[in-house]
Amino acid sequence: MGQIYKPGTKLSSTVCKTQIMVLRAPAEELEITCGGAPMQVGDPAELGDMTGENFGTLVGKRYTDEAESMEFLCTRGGDGSVGVGGYVIDVKAAKKLPSSD
Amino acid sequence: MNIHLILQMAADAMGHREAIVAGKTRLTFEELGRAAKVVASHIHTGERVGYFTENHQVMPAALFGAALAGTQFVPMNYRLSSDQIEAQLARIAPAVVITDRDMHVDNIRDILPVDALTGDHYEGEAPDVDGGVAVELFTSGTTGEPKSAILKHDNLMAYIFGTVEFMSAEENEAALLAVPPYHIAGIAAVLSSTYAGRKMVQLPHFTAEAWIDLAKRENVTNAFLVPTMLQRIVELAGEDLDLPLLKNVAYGGGKMPRQTIEAAMKLLPHVNFTNAYGLTETSATICMLGPDDHREAFTSKDPAIKRRLGSAGMPIPSIELQIRSEEGALCGAEETGLVWVRGDQVSGEYKGLGSQLDADGWFLTKDRGFVDAGGYLFIDGRADDVIVRGGENISPGEIEDVVRAHAAIKDVAAVAVADVEWGEAVGLAVVCTGDISDDEICAMVKSQLRSSRLPSVIHRMDELPYNETGKLLRRVIRDQLAN
Repeated sequence: MGQIYKPGTKLSSTVCKTQIMVLRAPAEELEITCGGAPMQVGDPAELGDMTGENFGTLVGKRYTDEAESMEFLCTRGGDGSVGVGGYVIDVKAAKKLPSSD
Repeated sequence: MNIHLILQMAADAMGHREAIVAGKTRLTFEELGRAAKVVASHIHTGERVGYFTENHQVMPAALFGAALAGTQFVPMNYRLSSDQIEAQLARIAPAVVITDRDMHVDNIRDILPVDALTGDHYEGEAPDVDGGVAVELFTSGTTGEPKSAILKHDNLMAYIFGTVEFMSAEENEAALLAVPPYHIAGIAAVLSSTYAGRKMVQLPHFTAEAWIDLAKRENVTNAFLVPTMLQRIVELAGEDLDLPLLKNVAYGGGKMPRQTIEAAMKLLPHVNFTNAYGLTETSATICMLGPDDHREAFTSKDPAIKRRLGSAGMPIPSIELQIRSEEGALCGAEETGLVWVRGDQVSGEYKGLGSQLDADGWFLTKDRGFVDAGGYLFIDGRADDVIVRGGENISPGEIEDVVRAHAAIKDVAAVAVADVEWGEAVGLAVVCTGDISDDEICAMVKSQLRSSRLPSVIHRMDELPYNETGKLLRRVIRDQLAN
């Protein structure tokens, strides 16, 4: 069961410590999971079991789908991998800029 | 979004790192996180947070604490006259103002910096409000009454996400913060340093001597300077400046004289210099001239490459830039026009005046400039400072560059003076260190520029008037030359 997410929405994993924030998302219903379980607004009371193959999330990294139609910021790292519609989304390569302040 | 997230992530992921060095006080990011909660607990519902003192350890906590409590942070210029201060305070009421002074303005509560850091922890979550405003910043008002620029959480976050990688600083990196907190660069430095995990070393009162001392004592690796500051450091240092750990120096906030940046590059050959061009209304930097461009321009014999040392560089990836004529047509390479920008970090909104963006989201910076064939931006100056002589637009910068190149000239400003025949003509204010006659100055202009650029008045001054963040006060010079 999907949902439309607006930028700024924070989602918590229900199976690990991962928390992500939506930076950009298409105006369509998305099913966002972490560690095989749907993510939710607000931290869960207790963590469930992780399923599938997981590589973990890293705080501060940005995650995007192959078409780069959506982007999430990991605001708290954890053990699960984030997926949208069943596909794992990946770390977006950072462009290095010189320090400007 | 809410900028408090930046501090929350830093406190969670690198809480043990040193965040702030202020005199003898040292705070980690975890301690800064708690300090912001303490400041937030002092804010009553509906109040803004005014900040009316120098850089102090409470400043980053106040910026993030205001965001946590869901209100605006309003840093103010503590060097204004008491009339101007009262007028600005009345514009931000109701507010709790962090200051060492007693305030006697309706609906303004004052609180000492040390008291703002003592008390309970605010327990709420940082709110995420659509269109929420994080910072209200009075523009410097060099051309008129200061306007209050509105910077939303979304603008500032777009700037950070567009320019800084989280935790990208090495553990030993330290940034020297010398720009006052009411300058956009002072705000941007706190946000980027926190997100990068870089220690902030505060210098409340800039002098070249204090800056060099502190840079040595705290093993400073990064710094932001306005041109006047860099000029003073270069002058004081003379032939030798022993700062082996200094790695990155960014500068902006005004036009950098070529002589100053060249002298700085000679003095500090190991340092990476970056010119960061931006405005208050654009949440700081929108264009950058990076270290490689500096070195290439410094050593090149090709005039087109060489002059890029005076360029503002290229737009950062998250910003679009256009040069348009007064009539709105797109300008080609080398064609001077007005600088327009677009991007999520661009606020372009003033309190009481609403958004200044056009229907497609473009913002007119009111700077004039052009891009070269390689896409490098050159800023000519403010559109308001253009001298219109008999219908011809003359940019003060082109005359100033020519005159400044003379060894006997320390500083120069070209401004409009009233002229019976042409409407306006060129007036020149010069600061000389050696003998140079008016005729010699005119001959120099004539040899390199069209005759319309010849000054009709030359006025000698002991020094040119600048505001404390290094912006030339052309209005003051215009008034002096008018008399």
